Amino acid sequence: MSNEANIAEKNIIQLKDITVKFDDDVILDNLSLSIKDREFVTLLGQSGCGKTTTLRIIAGFINPQSGDVYFESNRVNDLPPHKRPVNTIFQRYALFPNYNVYDNIAFGLRVDKVPEKEIKERVDEMLRLVNLQGFEKRDISRLSGGQQQRVAIARAAIKRPKVLLLDEPLAALDLKLRKDMQNELKAMQRKLGITFVYVTHDQEEALSMSDTVVVMHEGKIQQIGTPIDIYNEPENAFVADFIGESNILDGIMREDYRVCLDGVDFKCLDKGFGKNEPVDVVIRPEDVDIVPVEKGMLTGEVTQVTFRGVHYEIIIDVENFKWMVQTTDESKVGDVVGLFIEPDAIHIMKKSKYSGKFGDYSSYSDEMDDISNPDIELGEDEE
Amino acid sequence: MKKKSLINTIVNAPYAIWATIFIIVPLVIVCYYAFTDKAGHFTFDNIKQLTEYSGVFGISLLYSAIATVITLLLAYPFAYFLSKRSENSQRMQMLLVMLPMWMNLLIRTYSWMNILEKNGIINNFLGLFGLDPVTMIGTPGAVILGMVYNYLPYMILPIYTVMSKMDNTLIEAARDLGCNGFNTWKRLILPLSIPGVVSGIAMVFVPSVSTFYISQKLGGGTIMLIGDTIERQMQVQYNYNLGAALSLVLMVLILVSMMIMSKFSDDDMEGGLVA
Repeated sequence: MSNEANIAEKNIIQLKDITVKFDDDVILDNLSLSIKDREFVTLLGQSGCGKTTTLRIIAGFINPQSGDVYFESNRVNDLPPHKRPVNTIFQRYALFPNYNVYDNIAFGLRVDKVPEKEIKERVDEMLRLVNLQGFEKRDISRLSGGQQQRVAIARAAIKRPKVLLLDEPLAALDLKLRKDMQNELKAMQRKLGITFVYVTHDQEEALSMSDTVVVMHEGKIQQIGTPIDIYNEPENAFVADFIGESNILDGIMREDYRVCLDGVDFKCLDKGFGKNEPVDVVIRPEDVDIVPVEKGMLTGEVTQVTFRGVHYEIIIDVENFKWMVQTTDESKVGDVVGLFIEPDAIHIMKKSKYSGKFGDYSSYSDEMDDISNPDIELGEDEE
Repeated sequence: MKKKSLINTIVNAPYAIWATIFIIVPLVIVCYYAFTDKAGHFTFDNIKQLTEYSGVFGISLLYSAIATVITLLLAYPFAYFLSKRSENSQRMQMLLVMLPMWMNLLIRTYSWMNILEKNGIINNFLGLFGLDPVTMIGTPGAVILGMVYNYLPYMILPIYTVMSKMDNTLIEAARDLGCNGFNTWKRLILPLSIPGVVSGIAMVFVPSVSTFYISQKLGGGTIMLIGDTIERQMQVQYNYNLGAALSLVLMVLILVSMMIMSKFSDDDMEGGLVA
């Protein structure tokens, strides 16, 4: 699935020590990021994490207070948006209501004074790419969300930019269409052979489409890695909690390859920590096996069973921690069971400022709390 | 559906009655007078007589057209740059634009007389430097100034409305696709602001072309516009028939001008104030 073979070694975009403040709010805090040519990079994070701001800095709509933006090793800080070799697909498409489909797609070429004959050829090519042949004369207002999305892609891609910036392009589509468009965008990126910088808050989208995922939080990059790395080897408790479901426990590293959880020592594959160093331990719910008590490493009581289709989601109380387990075998509430965890299912992380913030499944998420709090205004956008 | 249309009828009834009494009936009366003589017999004489007034019509249309162009040139950049300011600044400046409209048109026009008169503020000021008084009252310039001054807010308002409603991401999209400032304006902002411009033109041109007060006061009795002529027929000469004929033709002229204008707006009037 990955197109690693196509990714060039050279960096196409480099951000160095970027800091952005709006009034006194620090939006981006000394952020550095390199993006390779023909890479599909996703900036992933909750709203307000600075991902859209990062994209807008690359596009040239925001000038950072400090730090440099390089494009193929040229500093482009002072280059206005219309002179940058990037094009953007905006969140709500931003199609021009005064032009029809054809004229919207042709817009960028007309500005560049490309001859009409060539424009026609290239618009036709784009319409084929996004499967909208026959829609040339259609008014923008008479297109569905999915069709507008395609026009927005064609309008941006027709300029043959080296980098396409996508700001949550699928957020407004419904689930089924979103899945289809994910595949289509990925295929398109390979066909066009250009770099995509994709912004989303949807971790599943990020994992399934990207070559590289950049997890952002509070204006900082938390982790950069392949989707598999991000999932299996999260850098800290925030990433572990944000990507997928996870059990995050306090542990103590007894010695290399030995960690103590809940007073029980477990074998693991991690080393290089200090003796008796407190650590965060992440164990994915699908990596925990439910076994008879006598075979288990930990013993607990089943308190909640939820059927999720492919699997059951089972909450098991062990002493003072509620474990989440995903399994295809059913358990009953009230059962006393054992938990078995393989050494390779245990991932050890250094303590960070996010330690202790994400515990077990006994409480609702922050977002759930925010919704019921009248003092917090929940905006869709970062700005 | 039937039920809904009954409710519609009831809701619309007050306006329908109002429109009938104050718009349609007077129009019919105007038409009646325009095509009858003093004795009430049907005639085309009034209309034929209008050829004498073609000069007045011409001057009225010319002055209002000039005034409309000037207000447009003043209002468009103002509205454009205003829409880019902070919200507080926008509110404050719009308040300043509207402020003169809280005063009566007559008072505003009298004030201009005081400013422009032979013994007015400007000439007194010039006199301090030993300069001869300049005649301003009674010149076309004074009349056009009066029109521009009085109707400028009506041009600013609709243009500002479309400008401030314009989605900023559209402008970003245009920049992103290679437009510099001028191209963004030419290819995006201008076409999107046309409905506001058309509304503004209508709201300035129509009252300008039919004004009689501004031309009477600032024209100093030497400049007769079509409005003055109608007023004189009605109020001084008591020739209702000729006055009605003049009004009718003026209405037709305005209607034709508006139809020509709306051709330019591509039949797309959303965002504008006048359909």
